[in-house]
Formats: sequence, C-alpha cells, structure tokens
Amino acid sequence: MTPDGMRPGGTTSDGVRPRQQSDGQNVTGGQTSVGARLSTVFDRARAEGRRVLMPYITGGFPSPEDCTRLIASFLDAGADIVELGVPYSDPVADGPVVQASAQRALAQGVTTDDVLRLAAAHRDRAPFVLLAYVNTVLAYGPERFFACCAASGVAGVVVPDLPADEADPLIAVAAQAGVAVILLAAPPSTDARLELIAGKARGFIYCVAVTGVTGMRARSGDELPELVARLRARTTLPLVAGFGIGTPSQAREAGRLCDGVIIGSALIDMVAKSPTVDAACATTAGLVRATRAALGG
Amino acid sequence: MTVETRFGRYGGRYVPETLVPALDELTIAWEEAREDAAFQAELARLLADYAGRPTPLYHADRLSAAVGATVLLKREDLCHTGAHKINNALGQALLARRMGKHRVIAETGAGQHGVATATACALLGLDCVVYMGAEDVVRQELNVVRMRLLGAEVRTVKSGSCTLKDAMNEALRDWVANVRGTHYLIGSTAGPAPFPVLVRDLQAVIGREARTQVLERFGRLPSEIVACVGGGSNAMGIFHAFRDDPVRLTGVEAAGEGLDSGRHGAPLNRGSTGVLHGSFSYLLQDAWGQVTEAHSVSAGLDYPGVGPEHALLKDSGRATYVGATDSEALAAFRRLAELEGIIPALESAHAIAYVLRGGEGGAGFASDDLILVNLSGRGDKDVHIAADLLAKEGVR
Ligand SMILES: Cc1ncc(COP(=O)(O)O)c(C=O)c1O
Repeated sequence: MTPDGMRPGGTTSDGVRPRQQSDGQNVTGGQTSVGARLSTVFDRARAEGRRVLMPYITGGFPSPEDCTRLIASFLDAGADIVELGVPYSDPVADGPVVQASAQRALAQGVTTDDVLRLAAAHRDRAPFVLLAYVNTVLAYGPERFFACCAASGVAGVVVPDLPADEADPLIAVAAQAGVAVILLAAPPSTDARLELIAGKARGFIYCVAVTGVTGMRARSGDELPELVARLRARTTLPLVAGFGIGTPSQAREAGRLCDGVIIGSALIDMVAKSPTVDAACATTAGLVRATRAALGG
Repeated sequence: MTVETRFGRYGGRYVPETLVPALDELTIAWEEAREDAAFQAELARLLADYAGRPTPLYHADRLSAAVGATVLLKREDLCHTGAHKINNALGQALLARRMGKHRVIAETGAGQHGVATATACALLGLDCVVYMGAEDVVRQELNVVRMRLLGAEVRTVKSGSCTLKDAMNEALRDWVANVRGTHYLIGSTAGPAPFPVLVRDLQAVIGREARTQVLERFGRLPSEIVACVGGGSNAMGIFHAFRDDPVRLTGVEAAGEGLDSGRHGAPLNRGSTGVLHGSFSYLLQDAWGQVTEAHSVSAGLDYPGVGPEHALLKDSGRATYVGATDSEALAAFRRLAELEGIIPALESAHAIAYVLRGGEGGAGFASDDLILVNLSGRGDKDVHIAADLLAKEGVR
C-alpha cells in the first residue's frame, strides 16, 4: 500500500538514517549519555546566570524551505535549543494556532523524515527537541525513530499524549539511542504522579504552565508556582515552562521559577500572519531576542 | 472489582498528563458506583421508567422468511431518544452528578449520543456542551435542533474532516482546559481507560436482557449475534453477556464505497494498530501515523478508530468483523421498512444488510439458525439522506 520511498526513514538523505558510528556523544547507547547534551546546555546557562530559551515551531511550517530559515534565525537571535513539532493530524494537546500550522505542513506533504532533516541541517549549532504525538512514533517504529533522532541531532523527544504510566517501553528504546523522552507535568498532576514523573524523567521536565492546550493567553502561569514548588521538592532535573507563554514579560515571570522557557504559538502566529518569509524571520527574531533579554544573556 | 485498563495489548491511556488525574478519579468513581446498590437502583429506575427498558425482543417474521432463518431484533430503537446511546448517557450523567461535576461535554457523530447526553443532562440539571463536526451538523440537522431544544449548546467543529473524529478531538481539548469541573461523557467504547469498560458496562444491559429473553422464548441460545460497529458500544453491549457462550459474534463495519475503495470506516477490516483518542487499537492511518479520514453514509459509523476491546476480540478470533457498503445499508434501510414496518438508523441498517445478504460470504443461513440482531436505533434522523441517495440510485 505504501509506495517505495515513502516509508519512514527509508530513502532519506543526510542525518536522518541512523548511522552506525556517528555522533559519539549521542549514539553510544548507554543510559549515562541520555540527556547529556541537554544537561550541558542547562549547566552552561546556569553558570552564566540565564534561563534556557527554547522556541517551538511546527516542522515544515510554513514550508520546509522557510522553516529552515526560521530555525537559523531563531538560533541567531539567541535560542539555546530548538523544539520542532512533527505535524500530526489529531493534535489534542494543541490549540488552534498550532493545529493550523500542522494542517498546513501536512497539506504540503511534510513527513517525520522532513522534520528530522530540518534538525539535522542545524545540528552543529544547538541540540534539538522534537515534539511528536505517540502515534507518529509508533508508526515510524520506535527503535528506528529514536535512532534517527540521535543521528539527526535530536537529544530529546516530547510526546504530549504519553503520560508517565504508559512511557516505559518508549523510554527504554529511546535510552538505547541516547535520546531522552521528555515527560510533562501539569497543574492537576497529584503529588503521587509528580513522584512517578520525577522518577522516570530524563533531560528536563516540561512544566505545563496552564490547565489547557497550547495557545496564547492574556494571563498565564498562575498555576505555575505551585507546580514548580511541588516538582522542585522531588527532582533536581531542570524544569522548563511551556503552554501559554507568548510575551517577554510572561517569559520573565516563568523564568523566575524555571530553568527554561518555551515559546511556540506566539511565534507560529507571527509566521502565519507574515506576508513573506523575510518578514516572518524579522518579526519572530524580534520576539526571540526580546525574550532572550528577558531571560538573561 | 478493579476496572481493567487493557484488553490484551489494546487500550491504555494515551492522553495529555493534564487528564490523567481525572481519568484516575473517574476510574475510582466507577469502581465504587458499580458496586453501590443505591446507585444501581437509581440507574435501573431511570432505565425502566424513563428510557423504556427492557426493550422488546421482536421476532421478525417476514425478515426471517426472507433470509430463511429465525431473525430476532433487539429493539434499542424503541429506547427514549431513539437509540441505545441513552443507556450510557444516563449512567454517566448519574456518575457525573455523584462526582460533583456540574458541566458535561460530549462528542457526537449521528447526533444520537448528543441527544442522549443533552436529555440526561436536562433530566439531572447539568450544563451540557456537545461538539459536532460541521459535516454532521448538516447531515443530521434534526438532531441538532433536538439538542438545542433540550438546552444543550452545540458547538460546530470545523477542523480536520469535520466529522466525529474531529468532534472528539475538540471535546478532549475542552476537557484538558476545564478538567476540574467537567465530565467528558464519551459516547462509545473508545477513548482512554476507563471509558471502554465504563461504556461497555453501561451498555451490557442490552445483552443481559436479550439473553434472558431468548432463553425464555426459545429455550436455547442464539446461534449468531450481529451488531454494527462504529466505536463499538452497541456491539459490546449486546456481545458482553454472551462472551462465554457458544455463540457466533459478528460485528459489521461501514464498508462505505467498498472495503478496497479506500473510502470506508472499517479499521478492523482494513486498518492497522496504533493510537487514536487515547487508546491503542486498530485505526485508519497512513505510513507516517497520520490518521486518515473515514467514510460512511452513516455519520455514526464514519469514524477511523474502534474501541480496544473489539481489537482484542478480533485478534483472538472470538468475534468476526465484516463490512456492509453504503448501498447495501441503504437497501437494507428500505427493505426493513417494507418487510417489518421498522425504519432503522442507517448505522443499524449495516447489521440488517449482513443478515439480508445471507451472513458471512453470503453463504446463507441454516433453517434452524437463530440470529439476534441489535437494532441499535431508529431512522427518523436519516430519512432525508435516504431520500437523496435512493433518488440518486434511481430507486422510485
Ligand atoms: C443508532 C446508532 N447505532 C450505532 C452507532 C455507532 O456507535 P457504536 O458503535 O458505539 O454503537 C451510532 C452512533 O452514533 C448510532 O447512533
């Protein structure tokens, strides 16, 4: 049913296919290296007295060519890590802005391999984190998926519909490739659940700053202080806040509590509203720079 | 008794972390309520006095003569609001009230589950929001009006394929944002645990009644049980009481324009395994795990996924899953009306179509076969679709 060459990981170019003996740091296959490249970034930021800035963009949005320019522009503007979304048909954790970007990417035929290729193209400048819904990982084949991640400079994968209770099989496979499965914690998570999450997390913990889906909000983060306090009591891993953070001042607030901040929908909205890719690069770089300043550095 | 989260390798809870505490709470609430005599008594009273249970078991003489075997119809179409969906809606609405949740949300395809939920919420004084795909809002307009009359807010979903799958996505997003005071009243045996068990438990009354009725009237078990399969709730509801009996269980999926046309709603026949709406089961997807659109003339079967317990029943061979096409279903819709004076829902017409074509492979039935069909709903909601399509096919 699947035409040859459309198989996940099948006919991809540089970086996507797992290499036997490539990136020594990532593809060593030992537990010890899991998340190592991410910790380096957090350690350095801490030493320099700033917070880690992680812009998010849907891979292949607004087009694969324009997306690669946006990634470069985010890095030029001071991003420490770039989070790339694998576009998915049924993104239940996402609000309308991210949904629309995924639909636009999918309509252009963007695949998981295309997203991995985007990471691979910039892998020497920063580590990447992928956001992939669980069905895209299962369809790719978890072993090959995480091997391809490692080979493409992806250090961690956020799976927004994989709660800690269901995560063991993927955590184990990812660890073999040296990739961290990034777990999420949310305001409704009970203390017992935070305990479970802290016990299994690698790399960092993604703190969902609002009870809701992704998207910009006038107010955000009211529920964050309590969540962060409960997590700090249970883990020494870096905490990164995301969901609903779209302005430098919101980022500054979250940065007072957390080790890093993710901005996503605000950037995607800017891109969606830009007439040209040059305009999109300019406006988003402005927001990334201002957020960078708000987070120190 | 604990509620199971897996059926073999199927099921689970693949949802955002934000929802997991609510699923835990719901699991505990159901474990308690299903053992609680007072809760069960109240549900039984509502099912009897309000919903009209037990529903009749009707020996369809002329249909039997037409297929050469004894055909029995379990008349869920005679339930209040016109389908089996009310069994589940009443149970979950009572549970929501028991948990102190004052707001209920639901997804709906054909609108039958939306109407049932709006009805139960009106009865119990709960706020109700129903998500419905834009395409379904058009093709099941009558049910949209009914829901609004019942005081529910109907929100039209314009993302993706604008059908049941997208309505379910939107309901899940609402639940993520409002999880503390809201109960998500899922309408089928799909979704994350505990929904597949919760909904099956509430629909199992269909099979319990039917088993008693068949044994009383015929002194033996049916040879085969037939039900249509969308998410799978009317099928699980009638199968469950017979699970350990020597009885053939047959689920009929929507074959749409044909099982090999690429336009159908038959994940058990033509799908592959993966995750949709929180559980691991069969679904329609491409090689990259993107969920593909289903197609069926019946909105209630126009869904690319299926409940995880059916996935296990398929793999174990305990149940057999076949398809009926749009045109077979439309013909059966018409035939049942003519033969028995019963206009079935287009969903249920898929089960009738399988019987009319003589069962698996069209082989025909033995004269002593006793075939029990779940007539899951009535067809008032579908008459204008049927009129259009029959006209298009040149049927006078
Ligand atoms: C009358 C009727 N039968 C069947 C279905 C399909 O759902 P399920 O497979 O959960 O019974 C529906 C759904 O809307 C329905 O309205």
